[in-house]
Amino acid sequence: MQRRSSLAVALGLAAATALTLSACGSGFDDAGETGAAQDGSAGLTVLIGSSGDAETKAVTDAVAAWSEESGTEATLNTASDLNQQLSQGFASGKPADVFYVSTDALAGYAANGSLYPYGDQLSNKDDFYPTLVDSFTYDGQFYCAPKDFSTLALIINTDLWTAAGLTDADVPTTWDQLTAVAQKLTTPEHVGLAFSPEYARVGAFMAEAGGSLLNEDGTEATVNSPENVEALEYVKSLFSSGVAKYSSDLGAGWGGEAFGKGQAAMTIEGNWIAGGLQADYPDVKYTVASLPAGPGGEGTLQFSNCWGIAADSPNQEAALALVEKLTSTDQQLEFAKAFGVMPSVQSAAEQWKTENPDKAAFLDSADYAQGVPTLEGSADVIKDLNSQLESLSTGDPAAILETAQKNMEAIVQ
Amino acid sequence: MSASVTVPPTAAAPRSPKSAGRPSGRRAPKGIRKSEGIAGWLFTAPMLIILGLFLVVPVLMALWVSFSDWSGRGSPFASGVNFVGLDNYDELLAGGGLAERDFGVALRNNAWYVLLVVPIQTALSLFLAVLVNRQVLKGRGFFRTAFYFPSVTSSVAITVLWLFLFGASGAVNKVLSWFGVNGPNWFQDPSGVVHNLLATVGITQGPAWMTENTTLGVSWWDWWAGPSVAMSAFVLMAVFTTSGTFMLLFIAALQNLGGDVQEAAMIDGANGWQRFWRVTLPQLRPTLFTVLTLGLIGTWQVFDQIYTGTQGGPGKTTVTPAYLSYTSAFESQDWGRGAAIAFVLFVIIVVLTIIQRIVLRDRPVSKRRMRAYSIASSQTANKEGRP
Repeated sequence: MQRRSSLAVALGLAAATALTLSACGSGFDDAGETGAAQDGSAGLTVLIGSSGDAETKAVTDAVAAWSEESGTEATLNTASDLNQQLSQGFASGKPADVFYVSTDALAGYAANGSLYPYGDQLSNKDDFYPTLVDSFTYDGQFYCAPKDFSTLALIINTDLWTAAGLTDADVPTTWDQLTAVAQKLTTPEHVGLAFSPEYARVGAFMAEAGGSLLNEDGTEATVNSPENVEALEYVKSLFSSGVAKYSSDLGAGWGGEAFGKGQAAMTIEGNWIAGGLQADYPDVKYTVASLPAGPGGEGTLQFSNCWGIAADSPNQEAALALVEKLTSTDQQLEFAKAFGVMPSVQSAAEQWKTENPDKAAFLDSADYAQGVPTLEGSADVIKDLNSQLESLSTGDPAAILETAQKNMEAIVQ
Repeated sequence: MSASVTVPPTAAAPRSPKSAGRPSGRRAPKGIRKSEGIAGWLFTAPMLIILGLFLVVPVLMALWVSFSDWSGRGSPFASGVNFVGLDNYDELLAGGGLAERDFGVALRNNAWYVLLVVPIQTALSLFLAVLVNRQVLKGRGFFRTAFYFPSVTSSVAITVLWLFLFGASGAVNKVLSWFGVNGPNWFQDPSGVVHNLLATVGITQGPAWMTENTTLGVSWWDWWAGPSVAMSAFVLMAVFTTSGTFMLLFIAALQNLGGDVQEAAMIDGANGWQRFWRVTLPQLRPTLFTVLTLGLIGTWQVFDQIYTGTQGGPGKTTVTPAYLSYTSAFESQDWGRGAAIAFVLFVIIVVLTIIQRIVLRDRPVSKRRMRAYSIASSQTANKEGRP
């Protein structure tokens, strides 16, 4: 009796499970396969990972203005964890129509077909900086329009600079000069230079030495190149002579915090630091200089997000129109004013520079800036490299790069 | 799952006298018995449906994803998704690449975490329970509430608190500095505690047989690194937050113990220490099993502290399998691998629970101890002058 009923339970459960499973499956299929059917009147949802209230407000206003103009409804949501919310949308077949995509997430979403590759249909396609277009090109297709961009530069605390007896003529343009001024700026209270322990900062030195993680067309891993070794050895020498430290070793969350607190006289950060310092350390006076040139010439890294459009979006035409509006020269200049980013179109460069003369160095370095690798899986490789760079001051630069080289080779095929 | 394993083996329900008395020839139930059965199913149906829909089905779906090449778009049961066999597991356990090493590192981190948290929190919660269970203690209610308080606070709030306490210039390092100790930069220090201890006696490099052999892409020397300083802070946090919960379980068990056994032990002349180890603790065995099992499961699944606290840093030393599963799926869009990690973790937990059950099972009294009892009883018999 007991055995028979437990068998019945098992059978019943199995049947119920099978039924529910198949029901689930068909439900999903409906969404997945017919999702791309176009409906010109469907409203749009926009999902952004905002840096703060200023950005949210600026984008909300821009989207609302477009909505009024075009007659298509559009609502804006801010994500607390953008990647997670996007992934959930793609899996359910009902993603947001227009959203931010970061360079390290692009490859994954492009490879599984979640993104609509609309880049070539943009009317202002040729206006974008070519290096940015490269960053959002996957498998030969230009997927999405860069919404704005940032580059790294050297941020100098003016008060500490003059206190150390340095003048404008001393702004470093070579590695040797950088070492020299960092030396002069180092006191018991603060170090000369501080930056975050990650490739996104240390990589700038690699670029200055003439190195990179991948060769130009992204077909070969070049992590263990002599140029990169030279760059890491230089950074290590800065640490061992005590004139530079990682921001984490100073107890700061990022370079801007160490800089704002006066724990470091110089830092390497992007143009977003302006907003951060304004909000948290409004009294700190600073100047922005291009990063000093290394043995390989001038170099820096650039970062960007793009406006992705979902392949499952029911109204891609309207989404494309919205993105064109959001990346237009005027709109980008307005965004720049609102939350301190740099326009991703070249036609806005001159006006941005006249409006932000003190930050011109950021835009000047766009000519030679290097994008971060966007291959599928490269985010994991860089994460692993970051974890090793944290112990660069005690580690062996060549060994660190050798490990990263092996990891990078595994994903370059 | 925890509920099913924590039922003590002796708790099998006694058979009702009616069914036991029945002749062996069994017939289909009739009349009132039958409608009782239907009613029973009806009453359990809501729970069965909810459990099936929100637990069994998702688990089976995840199991399928771990054997598929689903890329995160649309349904995992769509036609474009292929069965790839054990590929995801193979990449994880024998791939030789970054995926395998990441998994090895995550297992290493979490194993040390479990090894430290489970014994410490069990011992501490038992100690606290014994303390607040004493009749003579004034303000027992206050202490019980105080010890239990961290358990009811959200883990996110405590993690943030911990980040401040253990900051480079936080309160903990301030206190340490009063004693002349230069505290570490807790959440930024990736160095292993065991490695650091070995370094104090001059060993900074492992022997060749340890550095050259690897398991899951991590050298044996690195397996022995111990928890990083950052992970140690999480260990302290886990002990701080969960001891209160388990203290509650121990208090409940202690209050269920009859006073007569204690009195008998007192009459036999056992002192307090002996009574605790020889009388109280053996009676707490079922609760001990519950606490150890819950502790084991909870510590192998640690996620929210990592997600809100360190995101796996510094130097990947606080990455745990649960967190790695999340990042593999949601950030790297490698859903098959993420699901595979979850199932390997599941197997680890089940195997460890079974081992623990075997270790803690009720054993017949050993011969050695038996002899002690028989000698004692024969001596008392002699004293009383019986033959």
